[in-house]
Amino acid sequence: MAESEDVNIGIPAPEGASDIIDTEYEIGQDNIEKQFGPFGLDIHNPVFLISGLSVVAFVVYALLAPEQAAEFFGWLRPALTSTFDGFFLMAANIFVIFCLFLIVSPYGSVRLGGADATPDYGYAGWFAMLFAAGMGIGLMFFGVLEPAYYFGTPWGDEPLGAVRPFTEGGALIPENVEAAKRMALAATSYHWALHPWAIYAVVALSLALFSYNKGLPLSIRSAFYPILGERVWGWWGHIVDIVAVFATLFGLATSLGLGAQQANAGLEFVYGIPTSVTVQVILIIGITMLALISVVRGLDGGVKILSEINMVVAIALLLFVIFAAGAVGIFTDFGNTLVAYAQEIVPLSNPFGRVDDGYREGWTAFYWAWWISWSPFVGMFIARVSRGRTVREFLVCVLIIPSLVCIFWMAVFGGTAINDMIANVDVSAVKANVIDAYKPELSLFAMLASLPLASITSTIGIVLVIVFFVTSSDSGSLVIDTITAGGKVDAPIPQRVFWCTFEGLVAIVLLLGGGLVSLQAMVISTGLPFTVVLLVMCWCIFKGLMQEHKHV
Amino acid sequence: MFKRIMAPVDLAHVEGLRPALDCTADLAKHYSVPVVYVGVTSTAPSELAHNPEEFGQKLSAFAAAEAAKHAIETSGHTAIAHDPTIEIDQALMRAIDDTDADLVVMASHVPNVMDHIWPSNGGKLAEYAKCSVMVVRA
Repeated sequence: MAESEDVNIGIPAPEGASDIIDTEYEIGQDNIEKQFGPFGLDIHNPVFLISGLSVVAFVVYALLAPEQAAEFFGWLRPALTSTFDGFFLMAANIFVIFCLFLIVSPYGSVRLGGADATPDYGYAGWFAMLFAAGMGIGLMFFGVLEPAYYFGTPWGDEPLGAVRPFTEGGALIPENVEAAKRMALAATSYHWALHPWAIYAVVALSLALFSYNKGLPLSIRSAFYPILGERVWGWWGHIVDIVAVFATLFGLATSLGLGAQQANAGLEFVYGIPTSVTVQVILIIGITMLALISVVRGLDGGVKILSEINMVVAIALLLFVIFAAGAVGIFTDFGNTLVAYAQEIVPLSNPFGRVDDGYREGWTAFYWAWWISWSPFVGMFIARVSRGRTVREFLVCVLIIPSLVCIFWMAVFGGTAINDMIANVDVSAVKANVIDAYKPELSLFAMLASLPLASITSTIGIVLVIVFFVTSSDSGSLVIDTITAGGKVDAPIPQRVFWCTFEGLVAIVLLLGGGLVSLQAMVISTGLPFTVVLLVMCWCIFKGLMQEHKHV
Repeated sequence: MFKRIMAPVDLAHVEGLRPALDCTADLAKHYSVPVVYVGVTSTAPSELAHNPEEFGQKLSAFAAAEAAKHAIETSGHTAIAHDPTIEIDQALMRAIDDTDADLVVMASHVPNVMDHIWPSNGGKLAEYAKCSVMVVRA
């Protein structure tokens, strides 16, 4: 017979009390588990099949009726963001206020994973994965583009109607320069700091809470248990999960396709490699292969390592720009940007009585819809790696610190680009590629060209863009795999290989047949229904934390 | 000859493990050594348990049932993997050290073509473990 102390050999210390939700549902009860020859299968019925088939259906639609698709989604996305801009702005403000409230409230002491849980990952790996999943690629693309654009825009979409630093003829107006630069950096920071991270934090917190503390499956539907109860395991839940998979897969595939075009433009700018579909398809295949290796090596052996490598290279590039462009000026810019951000965040986030429609509807509402359409994926990935932190620690590390890092990044890359536009009005490559002719994919390389060692740093820039795509692609495949396996994290390997490959294939098909832009517009349109979903999530988090706080 | 047997078990599929479990028990009786049953779980809720603590309790209950059935000395050991699909081999390798076992008895499927791409867990363990590994075909 087993001796009592022997029974406990090696069992980790109890994870402490947590308020498990008592449900009849067993994880995997709706799954189909089969063996097809050598292939094992363990998929959720019907989420796996409907998600997969609806993706195929939309790809076929975009290929068969490209003009209709482009017209419809090309109309839908701006129509939504300009009609519901006030709703998007208010919702994002609520997410920020809600997260800040939780940091200071007593609920901040609740620990994700039970009262005695210890963190699964150290700070370095954790931060690396936070950025690599859903933000890194945007920082590369918009870090130069957005501040430079706001600074010099001749298209009438200046934030809060700020002054223009250039005359119609393109000459500098010296007395307007400081004000325009200040507003450009503040308005960019507004899109990359507290608000986007609060959006991700809300989704991540709800999933972590309902999985690790309440014992529900790691799937988007679990967050709705407090409202829907047992119905969450039926069609209500299926629909939430299917839309999440759908938005994630198309979000990744269209970004991958468009990203390949950008990387190609960069390769042409730096090396003269011509822009062609062949190069772009090779890039997509390469990125997908790397992502495949990463998912097959697993969370710790692939995704985490790649994220860390990415982070080191990004920091190296950041340091280079800081010192090449003049550290003193950069740190002054950072200080000024922080102050300007703090001063302007209320006017920028106020949805009422504004006249800057171009900025508010074209940029802010677009960004909010974009972040929100990515939030199921990024939020679920953040949840997966955040077990063991308290709610307060989680929010400080997912909201406050990344916000500061993003503001710093924008001050470095955007500040350097703007300084170049001021100092070299006539010959600035940034001005030539952002303001004089709008070539957004070249903005980063144009800025690097104004610094020494441009050929080396541009190469690093291209590598970073590509690897950030890999790190989004691999974490996205893991998330889709888990949702379509009904919240199981131990589904057979061929399933994650399938989703990762499928994503690359969709990107290639859309690249060859056209439809990347229209389907990306469709994905961003899913941001509207998901905004409602996120608002409901806030309420569910609050209820869940209240019970957790009371019972534990 | 041996001092402790480690038997990896997948509590979700115990029925397929019967031959390996009976073999484990026979060896334990033959050498009069204890068996430690090792289960690999992630920290996320699974079909078996809401959290690692509950998983550990189920594993202990399983170990106790085997002890009663075969009149051998048993215990349970929970090994945590963040991504169990991939990291099960490493988790089991760590468990060999943690449990101080010198013989592993585990079930494995009949080899198929996929094993060339993803080797079976039993095959992997037999290849890399320092101790003896006995693979019992299901």
